[in-house]
Amino acid sequence: MLNNPYPAKEDKQSILYSSFSERPKHLDPAVSYSSNEYAIIGQIYEPLLQYHYLKRPYQLVPLTAAKMPEITYLIEDQSGVLIKTHLEPEKVRFTDYMIEIKPGIRFQPHPALAKGKDYIYHNLQVEDVIDISTITDFEHSGTREVVAEDYVHQIKRLVHPKIHSPIAELMKEYIVGLEEFSKMAEIQDPVAFRGLNISGVEVIDKFHFRIRIYGKYPQFIFWLSMPFFSPMPWEADVFYGQDGLADKNISLDWFPIGSGAYMLSENNPNRQMVLSKNPYFHLERYPNSGEPGDFESGLLADAGKSLPFIDKVIYVLEKETIPYWNKFLQGYYDASGVASDSFDQAIQFMGDGKAALTPALQKKEIRLQTAVTTSISYLGFNMIDGVVGGRSDKARKLRQAISIIIDYEEYIAIFMNGRGVPAQGLLPPGIFGYESGVQGLNPYVYDWHDGYHRKSMDTAKRLLSEAGFKGGVDPSTQEALVLYLDTAASGPDDRARLNWYRKQFSKIGLQLVIRATDYNRFQQKIRSGNAQLFLWGWNADYPDPENFLFLLYGPHSKIKTGGENAANYQNAVYDRLFEEMRNLANGPVRLEKIHQLQEIIRYDAPWVLGFYPKSYSLIHKWYQNLKPNLMANNKLKYTRIDSDYRARQRQLWNKPLWWPMVLLIGVGAILLWPALVIYRRRKKAVINAR
Amino acid sequence: MIQYIIRRLMYSIPLLLGVNILTFFLFFVVNTPDDMARMQLGQKHVTEQAVSKWKIDHGYDLPLFINSGKDSFKTITETIFYQKSIKLFVFQFGISDSGRNIGADIKQRMWPSLAVALPALLIGLSVNILAALLMVLFRQSYLEFWGLVACVVIMSISALFYIIGGQFLFSKLLKLVPISGFGSGVDALKFLILPVVISVVSGLGSGGRWYRALFIEEVEKDYVVTARAKGLSETQVLFRHVLGNAMIPILTGVVVVLPLLFMGSLIMESFFSIPGLGSYTIDAINRQDFAIVRSMVFLGSVLYILGLLLTDICYTLVDPRVKLL
Repeated sequence: MLNNPYPAKEDKQSILYSSFSERPKHLDPAVSYSSNEYAIIGQIYEPLLQYHYLKRPYQLVPLTAAKMPEITYLIEDQSGVLIKTHLEPEKVRFTDYMIEIKPGIRFQPHPALAKGKDYIYHNLQVEDVIDISTITDFEHSGTREVVAEDYVHQIKRLVHPKIHSPIAELMKEYIVGLEEFSKMAEIQDPVAFRGLNISGVEVIDKFHFRIRIYGKYPQFIFWLSMPFFSPMPWEADVFYGQDGLADKNISLDWFPIGSGAYMLSENNPNRQMVLSKNPYFHLERYPNSGEPGDFESGLLADAGKSLPFIDKVIYVLEKETIPYWNKFLQGYYDASGVASDSFDQAIQFMGDGKAALTPALQKKEIRLQTAVTTSISYLGFNMIDGVVGGRSDKARKLRQAISIIIDYEEYIAIFMNGRGVPAQGLLPPGIFGYESGVQGLNPYVYDWHDGYHRKSMDTAKRLLSEAGFKGGVDPSTQEALVLYLDTAASGPDDRARLNWYRKQFSKIGLQLVIRATDYNRFQQKIRSGNAQLFLWGWNADYPDPENFLFLLYGPHSKIKTGGENAANYQNAVYDRLFEEMRNLANGPVRLEKIHQLQEIIRYDAPWVLGFYPKSYSLIHKWYQNLKPNLMANNKLKYTRIDSDYRARQRQLWNKPLWWPMVLLIGVGAILLWPALVIYRRRKKAVINAR
Repeated sequence: MIQYIIRRLMYSIPLLLGVNILTFFLFFVVNTPDDMARMQLGQKHVTEQAVSKWKIDHGYDLPLFINSGKDSFKTITETIFYQKSIKLFVFQFGISDSGRNIGADIKQRMWPSLAVALPALLIGLSVNILAALLMVLFRQSYLEFWGLVACVVIMSISALFYIIGGQFLFSKLLKLVPISGFGSGVDALKFLILPVVISVVSGLGSGGRWYRALFIEEVEKDYVVTARAKGLSETQVLFRHVLGNAMIPILTGVVVVLPLLFMGSLIMESFFSIPGLGSYTIDAINRQDFAIVRSMVFLGSVLYILGLLLTDICYTLVDPRVKLL
């Protein structure tokens, strides 16, 4: 195989090949917060909890925790003493999370943990690191058992002034004593840092610790499944804090130290990143159960076997989609998304509207996996705007009319190759509270006749007329009502989309002015409340309805508090219901509150509920045990590569073709003939002239 | 000549300072330190406190050019411009806003850029000169005519077409070379063949025409007529005399680009996944990493000035009549 981009010796090894188009900004679990970073650190760091790989709806299970945290609610009695309670949430003063971790979990081999009599590399001088260019250049490495202090150390790191954790401010609101801890002067000193304590986070013994949070915040448990709450040995900070290492790009941000199934054995973000099996990975087995259908689809074939299955994962820098796609078709990448420029090559729609693979891909035994993402794309109204905002009947009817005329079914068909589901509410599928069918209908935008049918243009026109803009005419100017749409989509590819939006508004006589700008300016406008209409979206942090419904919670208003309520929506009833709902466990009572909250949003229409994007993945036959899981970020350990089969297929698909080259050389040689003739003729002419 | 070089180097200081001020001004017109902080901190849960903490930690909490709150020298030195720019003049690029050492990154990334650019330049130069000499050899024949047509056709097609077409033909259809990637040592060779071939072919149109024009000018000169009158064959005249005398403009064009070879090519490196410097600046602009942007612009300016200086020196080497005073 002349076109094999990998060394021939790797052909039959259990290696997964993937790519990255932009180097991850951070690999420090206190800082990382984007999906491309999680794709790497999710395999390296192990938080306390994880999402069950196969079961749906998404379910948290212990990872390094020995069991699910014991949760205790505390109130103060009359004398100020804290006592346990099961009272109403608003009376709960604190919540304690008592956590027990599994013994025997060890960190990956790392020079920070290398020990002789003492730590070998904790007293490095600048001259000691002159010949060091990467972490593997250190001769010795060591490991040690993960203990409760490592988790507490990581919580402290969240508020360290040099670390800039994106959740530092959020966690200060919840974890007792974190705010005060962050203000301690000694926090700057890496040695003193270890000795300082957060009043609300306490190490009980080697394997137990307790986190105390203010009030009741049931969603806190989801944060415990994120890398922010992974164990971090204090030795790592001491090691990486030494002079001379940062100058060589050797830092915790680039060379993680985790206890997960894999460790980063090569980090060259300018070329490739390699994950290798962590030799000290603790025993973890493939799940024994899943949801119905998993057994039949072979997802339980490895049930009970110890993880991980793949020896190495190589992420190659691949900036363009065309080379990636071609390499995937040649078998040099194991999975691929579907970019818009290769969509027609990959996907065809059947008579029933379902997506299927084209015959060429079917011939290669490639599989298609689709999943509706836990995210939403929407058009927001700035509720403090004088025209579209406010809760008056007129403004509401204007918003409802606009909600009807923006035909997202058409948008999905034209611009997304069908990869999206029009939204009926705030909650996407997979989140508790989402309902399909007539139960999930948005009755202000759709009618139900054996399916969702967008309301007629006449309805929109009637609503517009009732809003005081008959025929789209603004009575104050006697001209078409002009609305302004702010968006960060300003590239040449976005022009068609924005024109499409303009066309939608013109259906009922409204004039839409697009104010496309870069993302910074766009955010600034939203922060200052200067946008009227805007396009935005939200991707879930965790699979709980609170993580979507809080986007319209009054106290989170963008303009007042810089929160995530970009529409600046204020509704006392909504806020009260939200506060009640967020503290409830999933069940009929919570579902009823969610119904009410969704009903308010559908009626008030502070957003035009856009669509839930759908992800399409293409997977080669040899890449097994893959099930879409939009919440878990540590999926690699469950997957398997049949490398022998892959090697055979690669051989079959990549036989070099020489004859066109021979033909090309032949044609070139023939073309030389006239040149030779002319040259000889001229030479003869010169001789004759003499 | 030493005096000339020193003088030119001294001239470069205000020039580099000017470039720095311009880069600084343009960057901060578009991006405020707040924007940079938000870009680095991500999109979710970013509070004003987090933004101001980031700015303090990265030295972006100071005024841009003048610190009116300070006395004497500190009005200048306690500014973002001074703090971020002055070390560049001793080639200390510092740490990028995302925390990586820029100097180490540049050192690592310039070699792959050079691995593509240098063979592409040398082979391209040889092929262009050969093609041009052949066109001159066959001048006023249909071969020259079609050669020129081919040159215009090659020039008219976008570089992107050659890249995608080349990948499609040689990697996808014929399966002779990898589509993209990079290796170290000898392994790199198979990844370099296609980008180098594409560079050479895509540059043949303009290069061929340019050198043909140079040679055509030379073949009309008296010394060529004398050479022919002495009985030398046309090939001897062209390859020995014309080529030798056309070396000055050729050298001028080549030497000036030599230092810039380190900077790589954006599109080529992007499509072939070559981990060079070509995409380093663009990536930094997209990430609003000012530390990298100013370092790369500074480096580009230094290399360009160096290229011009080298050209002047080369003039004296190839043409003894030229003196640098």
